[in-house]
Amino acid sequence: MTTPPSPSNDNDPRQSAWSPPVPRMKVTDVPAGAMNLNVDGRQPVSPLQGFGQMWQKTFQVRLSGVEMTPAEVMQVWKENFPKFQPPENRFYPTMSGLKPGEVVLIDAKVPALPGTPSILPVSTGVLVLYADDTTITVMTPEGHPESGWNTFSTFEEDGVVIAQCQSLCRPNDPLYEFFNRFMGSSGQQDKIWSHVLTSLAAHFDVQEQVTTTKVLIDPKVQWGQAKNIWQNAAIRTVVYALGTPVRWLRK
Amino acid sequence: MAETKVQMTTRMINGRTGVIYIDGEINAFAENVLMDAYTQATSQGAHNIVLDFSDLDYMNSSGIGLLVTLLIRVKRQKQRLVACGLTDHYQQIFELTRLNEAIAIFPTETDALSALN
Repeated sequence: MTTPPSPSNDNDPRQSAWSPPVPRMKVTDVPAGAMNLNVDGRQPVSPLQGFGQMWQKTFQVRLSGVEMTPAEVMQVWKENFPKFQPPENRFYPTMSGLKPGEVVLIDAKVPALPGTPSILPVSTGVLVLYADDTTITVMTPEGHPESGWNTFSTFEEDGVVIAQCQSLCRPNDPLYEFFNRFMGSSGQQDKIWSHVLTSLAAHFDVQEQVTTTKVLIDPKVQWGQAKNIWQNAAIRTVVYALGTPVRWLRK
Repeated sequence: MAETKVQMTTRMINGRTGVIYIDGEINAFAENVLMDAYTQATSQGAHNIVLDFSDLDYMNSSGIGLLVTLLIRVKRQKQRLVACGLTDHYQQIFELTRLNEAIAIFPTETDALSALN
């Protein structure tokens, strides 16, 4: 039998790597150029609150020949986080950077159909759930295409630093699930993380293949979460964009 | 590769409940240890799984991810997963990550077992 844990267990300084409690996301300063839609006031969501199948996708690149520690590589990654994203996926960290509890706004463009140019805007963001010397985890808000976490980490394996992106997510609502399964959105997301790792490797003059591992954690959809479509960030961003001329005329 | 810094032992109670005692750190490298402990409890017929975190030293975000994958396995087997012995900090983390909506939290193992019975 056990006794209640001692309060002294709560004194580990590493615990500051976790975000403080965030019942609803709050955007305090909006970086120049960011749209800031679909984030303020939204609850962060885990893979348990989404609608579609839960996948764990792991992308890795070996940084062969890079004479740095995993922590040093992560420091470079943090400092250049927006720069390593593909051009259609713009990240806007706050001035504080990627710190626990901070919100990173995202303005992305996605293709309407597989193989077509990325033209549909999606404005969203993520909460920095966890950040230490070698790991950053971001958590998505309600309405985001995915419900869950993306973890960016560095570690050493056989004397080589490995950079890794790992997502543990479900599509947030039935529309996102449909696009994931039948319209190529899942592959589009895969390309983003491959691009990020390729860009990081290129920063160190490394040209290595990105490896991908996908595990279907839960094949079932959660019909009880179908209502999430009400907060769909893609729909809301398009509606907002269509209303831009009206707002302009009213001014 | 970072080494595993956790040990887990299991104890069966009434032939229906398996308690997994976690001693150390839960991070990405704890996956095999955690899943082995779960398999051991299940192979002995456990329908309820209690995760006892009283001796947890540290858990990072990858560790929380492991708990989600364990939870899905437990639900697919129509079993029940509960937690006990979490410090205030990790209770907050369960709330922040909304794991508390799927994994009931009890102060002690005794409380968890009483609720399961």
